[in-house]
Amino acid sequence: MRLLKQPLSERTLGQAGPREDILALQRRPIESGVIDPLPFMHPLLRRNYGTWKWHERPRPGVLHHVAESGEEVWTVRAGTQRQMDVYTIRKLCDIADAYADGFLRFTTRSNIEFMVDSADKVAPLIARLETEGFPVGGTGNSVTMISHTQGWLHCDIPATDASGVVKSLMDALYHEFTHAEMPNQVKITTSCCQINCGGQGDIAINVQHTKPPIIDHDLVAKVCERPAVVARCPTAAIRPAMVNGKPSLEVDETKCICCGACFPPCPPMRINDPVHSKLAIWVGGKHSSTRSKPTLHKLVAAGLPNNPPRWPEVTEIVLKILYAYKGGARPYERMAEWIGRIGWARFFELTGLPFTKYHIDNWRGSRGSLNASAQVRL
Amino acid sequence: MPKPMPETPLLDELESGPWPSFVSGLKRLAASDDKPYASMMKDLLGQLERSYETRRGYWKGGTVGVSGYGAGVIPRFSEIASEFPESAEFHTLRVIPPAGTHYSTALLRSLCDVWEKHGSGLIALHGQTGDIMLQGCRSEKVQPCFDEVNELGFDLGGAGAGVRSSISCVGAARCEHSCFDEAKAMRLLVNNFLDEMHRPSLPYKFKFKFSGCANDCANAIARSDFAVFGTWRDDIQVDQDEVRAYVALHGRKWTIDNIIRRCPTEALSLNDDDSLEIDNRSCVRCMHCINVMTKALSPGRDRGVCVLIGGKRTLKTGDMLATVVAPFLRLQDDADYEKLLDLAKRVMDFYIENALEHERMGEMIERIGLVNFLAGIEVEVDPNMINHPRTNSYVRTDGWDEEVAKWTARKLAEADAAAQAAAE
Repeated sequence: MRLLKQPLSERTLGQAGPREDILALQRRPIESGVIDPLPFMHPLLRRNYGTWKWHERPRPGVLHHVAESGEEVWTVRAGTQRQMDVYTIRKLCDIADAYADGFLRFTTRSNIEFMVDSADKVAPLIARLETEGFPVGGTGNSVTMISHTQGWLHCDIPATDASGVVKSLMDALYHEFTHAEMPNQVKITTSCCQINCGGQGDIAINVQHTKPPIIDHDLVAKVCERPAVVARCPTAAIRPAMVNGKPSLEVDETKCICCGACFPPCPPMRINDPVHSKLAIWVGGKHSSTRSKPTLHKLVAAGLPNNPPRWPEVTEIVLKILYAYKGGARPYERMAEWIGRIGWARFFELTGLPFTKYHIDNWRGSRGSLNASAQVRL
Repeated sequence: MPKPMPETPLLDELESGPWPSFVSGLKRLAASDDKPYASMMKDLLGQLERSYETRRGYWKGGTVGVSGYGAGVIPRFSEIASEFPESAEFHTLRVIPPAGTHYSTALLRSLCDVWEKHGSGLIALHGQTGDIMLQGCRSEKVQPCFDEVNELGFDLGGAGAGVRSSISCVGAARCEHSCFDEAKAMRLLVNNFLDEMHRPSLPYKFKFKFSGCANDCANAIARSDFAVFGTWRDDIQVDQDEVRAYVALHGRKWTIDNIIRRCPTEALSLNDDDSLEIDNRSCVRCMHCINVMTKALSPGRDRGVCVLIGGKRTLKTGDMLATVVAPFLRLQDDADYEKLLDLAKRVMDFYIENALEHERMGEMIERIGLVNFLAGIEVEVDPNMINHPRTNSYVRTDGWDEEVAKWTARKLAEADAAAQAAAE
């Protein structure tokens, strides 16, 4: 098939170019962008859009909203595995067709929600979800589904898996998902590299590399744009070098912070290591501006082994932190607010986690994290 | 003779326990020998098991796309394709869901049907940025798959140095706290920048997110370059009978400890008759009291948005929360929404012109300073943008009188506008 009428070099400005020709033979995309949700929204939500009046949470996993019109909707929330096969998705559709008028939605944390128009439709829907293995919960002051990333299943830069870590943790946190016994909501996140696509969490489980990248000098010049890699390093530890007669890169290991920023633009900078890529735990991230201002999560534990298939060392520390919070925080205190009240000294005491020099920040702006006062907790 | 299922002793351990197992789902797909993807998913399971054994990932990127677009497909080629040839190409199509991730079962079933025909049958609902992720497509199937998905009404999302897909909270669809039409704002802003999404040529990624109130259910503040939060500028609406009913039900001590004392600016006081007194000028619209007393309290009626700019995660200068650039923009009629779009356009233009390669918005602002950024996007300074004024004297202030004159003129104009509005 001849795609081009004339070679590119003969093309002159203003003339119908080869691009138009190619597009004439191929289907043009419909650039619809974000589509209107109204046609796919439960009719009750559509009818009362923007006119909701109040809500309550009758039990874990159920929300009851009342509109200005007097119409009411009950929402049943359930956990999913996020990485879903079409059989699971069709099963969820079957449930929506049988119990929820053929509509469903997902939360930002991969929980599924079914809406029904009367209170007596809630129990049969819950029974069906539980029979099919979908835990009902994740509302209010519970531990909701962990937000997670792609990991070994599909990412090109991960040091660990995401779905497996989350499955292991959610098995251990099942009771806390299906009950609402926490002081406030608990959002947990995981990330498989230090970019941290998982985001901020009350508890975050993130990869922390501990050794500089091992460089495959045969490949650097072939696959990497070297100046871009040099520019990517947060500590200017990378410089161009000739190695074995080939243009490559070298790392000043006294400067390297082992962050892995050079790896995505240059895969021969091998940062991932089965032993030295560890897991670290961070606490006190909070997005909401509710009560206290939003906060970034803080390092509390590191050096945990990347131990598939169930990462037991990670689960143990997460549970330790979670139950210290559950036992000690007052109603409505998020993790960061609880620690803000009791102080970090008490946090490390209650959780039994060791406090080390690595907990003290020395990156830019770090003086703001120091205690500039005579206030100490003894 | 169908390909045998791979041995996966490590992954098998993730099939036990009460939480739904993604491994069981992968196996269901791999065991579907009547489907075109069964052998692909068998090799995918084999490769994933290998990762669990060696604690290493085996995917690398590449260049795969659809006609007319420079983003939206995430290429994945296996580094151990010789051992697992059927899943050697396992690309993702990032597909934009309906705003608020509402689905009819008919729509979701159609998507599954298309994906079963062209891909692996594995779908993530949803990715961290907000896309439906169709994971596992061979290179030659990417275009036909996109064509059919596109005919269903879906479009591809962003990737690389471009505008990314967005997230909004459930908002107006089912929440009384919603202070604007999140879906409308999201569609207006994101869809205006589809060229920057589909043919990415920005310095780096650009994310919009939309939360209907300060509760930030869309996780906007730490994860988006342009974060839009619903808020209001008049008084909290109070139903005092419902306040008294709440106090009667829960008790005074509970009410004082958990509502009055939890107000971050001490703007609340419980009266002797168990009604609520609110110092609305001190209220920071944090939502706590409204969250707790849902029947008694609601956001005010004069609603709009607060826009924060520059949130991002770690790479490369460290984590940043977005900060206030527009404390309040009324967002009620179409003209108001156009003003929000104008702001987004100015921010985008400035970012394109001034950011360095691979520099996020927040990093650029840190490099050049907020004042220069504000001048560039033609936004006036406001005390709501800061925690406190500067604490060091290292600044040249010989333009002081001119700046004071600007401030005075602005305040006079605002007073005039307020008087005119009151007269009407």
